[in-house]
Amino acid sequence: MTSGPTPTGELNTIPRLLARNASVYGDKPAYREKEFGIWQSWTWRQVAEEINALALGLLDMGLAEGDHVAIIGRNRPYFYWAMVAVQSCGAVPVPLYRDAVAEEMAYVLDHCSARFVVAEDQEQVDKVLEVQDQLPVLEQVIYLDPRGMRKYDRTKLHDYKDIQAKGRASGLQADLDARLAKQDFDTTCVMLYTSGTTGRPKGVVLSNRNIVKSGQAASEFDNLRVDDRVLAYLPMAWVGDFIFTVGQGYWTGFCVACPESPDTMQADLREIGPTYFFAPPRYFEGLLTNVMIRMEDASPMKQRMFKKYMDFAREVGPKLLDGKPVTFGERMKYALGNILVYGPLKNTLGLSRTRVGYTAGEAIGPEIFDFYRSLGINLKQLYGQTEASVFVTVQPDGEVRADTVGVPAPGVELKISDTGEVFYRSPGAFVEYYKNPESTADTKDAEGWVATGDAGFIEKDSGHLRIIDRAKDVGKMADGNMFAPKYVENKLKFYPNILEAVVFGNNREKCCAFINIDLSSVGNWAERNNIAYSSYQELAGHPQVLATVQEHVEAVNKSVAEDEMLSGCQIHRFCILHKQLDADDGELTRTQKVRRRIIEDKFKDIIDALYDGSEKISTETEVTYEDGRKGSIKATLELRDAKVFPTAAQRIAAE
Amino acid sequence: MTMAETYQTPDGRTIGGQVMEMKNITLRFGGVKAITDISFDIREGEIRAIIGPNGAGKSSMLNVMNGFYHPQEGEVWFHGKKRGPMKPHQIAKQGIARTFQNIALFSGMSTLDNIMTGRLTHMKTGILKQAMWWGPAEKEETENREVVEKVIDFLEIQSIRKTPVGRLPYGLQKRVELGRALAAEPKLLLLDEPMAGMNVEEKEDMSRFILDVNDEFGTTIALIEHDMGVVMDIADRVVVMDYGKKIGDGSPDEVRNNQDVIDAYLGVAHD
Repeated sequence: MTSGPTPTGELNTIPRLLARNASVYGDKPAYREKEFGIWQSWTWRQVAEEINALALGLLDMGLAEGDHVAIIGRNRPYFYWAMVAVQSCGAVPVPLYRDAVAEEMAYVLDHCSARFVVAEDQEQVDKVLEVQDQLPVLEQVIYLDPRGMRKYDRTKLHDYKDIQAKGRASGLQADLDARLAKQDFDTTCVMLYTSGTTGRPKGVVLSNRNIVKSGQAASEFDNLRVDDRVLAYLPMAWVGDFIFTVGQGYWTGFCVACPESPDTMQADLREIGPTYFFAPPRYFEGLLTNVMIRMEDASPMKQRMFKKYMDFAREVGPKLLDGKPVTFGERMKYALGNILVYGPLKNTLGLSRTRVGYTAGEAIGPEIFDFYRSLGINLKQLYGQTEASVFVTVQPDGEVRADTVGVPAPGVELKISDTGEVFYRSPGAFVEYYKNPESTADTKDAEGWVATGDAGFIEKDSGHLRIIDRAKDVGKMADGNMFAPKYVENKLKFYPNILEAVVFGNNREKCCAFINIDLSSVGNWAERNNIAYSSYQELAGHPQVLATVQEHVEAVNKSVAEDEMLSGCQIHRFCILHKQLDADDGELTRTQKVRRRIIEDKFKDIIDALYDGSEKISTETEVTYEDGRKGSIKATLELRDAKVFPTAAQRIAAE
Repeated sequence: MTMAETYQTPDGRTIGGQVMEMKNITLRFGGVKAITDISFDIREGEIRAIIGPNGAGKSSMLNVMNGFYHPQEGEVWFHGKKRGPMKPHQIAKQGIARTFQNIALFSGMSTLDNIMTGRLTHMKTGILKQAMWWGPAEKEETENREVVEKVIDFLEIQSIRKTPVGRLPYGLQKRVELGRALAAEPKLLLLDEPMAGMNVEEKEDMSRFILDVNDEFGTTIALIEHDMGVVMDIADRVVVMDYGKKIGDGSPDEVRNNQDVIDAYLGVAHD
């Protein structure tokens, strides 16, 4: 499937790509970082020198081939250099989440037997030192910011810049060159730990082949160029950041900018104006909410103008992006809108220059998605995972839709198993889970097919993949129809009033749902309409709130009815829960994902009432307060019927 | 000036000789005696706390230390020189910076501009050159901006660089005020209740900044604080005042066990 020049011979490792960039793009900016209020920049030639110095320093300290080096810090050029320096030495960089607590870090550091750690500052160094007793192989810690560590014992601690200085003076260049020469496509490039929603995190080993080929394919797919620029602000331990900034960045040679601090990201984004941008759905959601809140404070004139042109853009903007026919008059009106509304708005959002934008990780609400596309921002979706070096499917230009995740990325083969699970085979498919052959065997078969754990199907007409749910959550209804709770829940959650939804129906005749309202959004509505309430429970039971949620549920039913495979998942009855689902009560995971089993057991009485047709139920639920005390809340819940719609098949039968 | 001896703190810092010495200070406002016959010293590189109940005369003491008030009796020695009454510009230039109990920032100006005002005493070019942004004025501003940016980086307030301080929450305003004092690169830093009205997390942050200022720049710090926990944690030596008199002086542990101090704080039956 690969077309064009393949990175064989010369360009098969990240350090070799670096050498190419230093000679071909020597004077072009490779990294930028805002520090002391000014954008500092480094050219590819300077970067190659910095990385070389650090690699020599690490050699001097005794870094061996195959060692793992943990890297803990926020997005700063120095840590990206550290990763490539470690690779140059033939060792494996392991970036960690910097907000992990010490115990979580201890597990990963122990699992990968890290001898060296590169840490950002006192906070990270403290965490490592706190757990060092559990880490017998840990030898050296290198830090970047010395602040606050004046009195620390220096036998294990080293300053990043001192290591570089020692490297420059070491005279080990020949040894480093020998190590560099030994590396090829099969050398491990990086090891990334999966977030571990189920059980312990697993170390995903990715080779140079995985990274370089994925970077190449994706760069060519979106036609990325050397003068593109990105803002690196997502966690370094996440595979997406590695592929976008290192994989694609080194392949293409574009410039990676790092924000001044995590809090200044939005301002820095505006200053940099990235041409290639990635963000998870919740980022785009938050940004849109912000825009809407600020618009409500704007003058009536501006509000009218905004509304008028946004309504128009929703109609025409996506068509323009997809190259569909648009009348001359509409084009002119859009151009005017661009001067008055879209342009200034995009500038405020920092997305004026964005040629290609991606979102992934979760389903994105169609309204949110359309909002950005109607502004003329080419926002697309992709579907990927750590094990695939990100790319499984992507949406090509002109075929962008909110409900699919696109066609197989270049070089990726896709198949759907009998159970509906999505499998792929690609050059980016991971080598193995580190020290975990059983999991590797469970996930990747001998022919190289990797199980995603997600259920989905390929649309016949367009060839696009649609993801339905996690494979283990997908079940069957009593009549044999497919039951995919998350698909329906996501549709419900797109309404700002609904924070969380849990749909039941596995092995049952009909589906029912629990709803949690969003207290900030519904509370805001209540305030504007002079509805007094004292608690979540009271607001959740308000008849008008119930009526609004019922409208939402029925609208969702209508859209579910149109889906051939999942039309059986319409919600027949629902109730608004009297308490918010909470991780402290075990109803959600710490990452705010629903734990179905536990909720099913805990609220069994309500579920039974939903299915036996009663209109009210009195219940009592135990809750855990933030300080750990337990109490209980009593409530009488109103159970409502929602209108369901005939499915496509039923409509045909009726005619 | 005598006593050049040094002492060692429990955490291993060496505290140098006297920076400031207060000798038998008495301060009166008409018939009211705010401070009565108080003597103590502040040494190079130490964090010196002044504590006491409300109305004990702590803020007045701070005003005597920076020269804003001139005491009726007693002597203030600063860097080996006895200090007489001073004019405002002399007070500003002696190398003592302070923060205020009630924040005293320019609320309409940005964080950056507020901190920049801390550099005022370091600016030498005339007002005309500065207004025209010409020659040495430009170079000077760039140099001063660099110092200010380092302070901003140090206090981790990059995200509010351009925000008018009036819009900032209280805890951040306190941090900006500390920033302005730091920008002056003072030899002695006076903090008047830097943690008043803060929540626990903000207090922890502020304590860390105070310790880091002392550690990184070796700045001598004198602070007034009500929160006993904080004072006992970060101060090297503590002066305790009550009704304008000094009732205790020493390390946090000595002060904690001083009966007069306990009485002043817990109250004692007057018979």
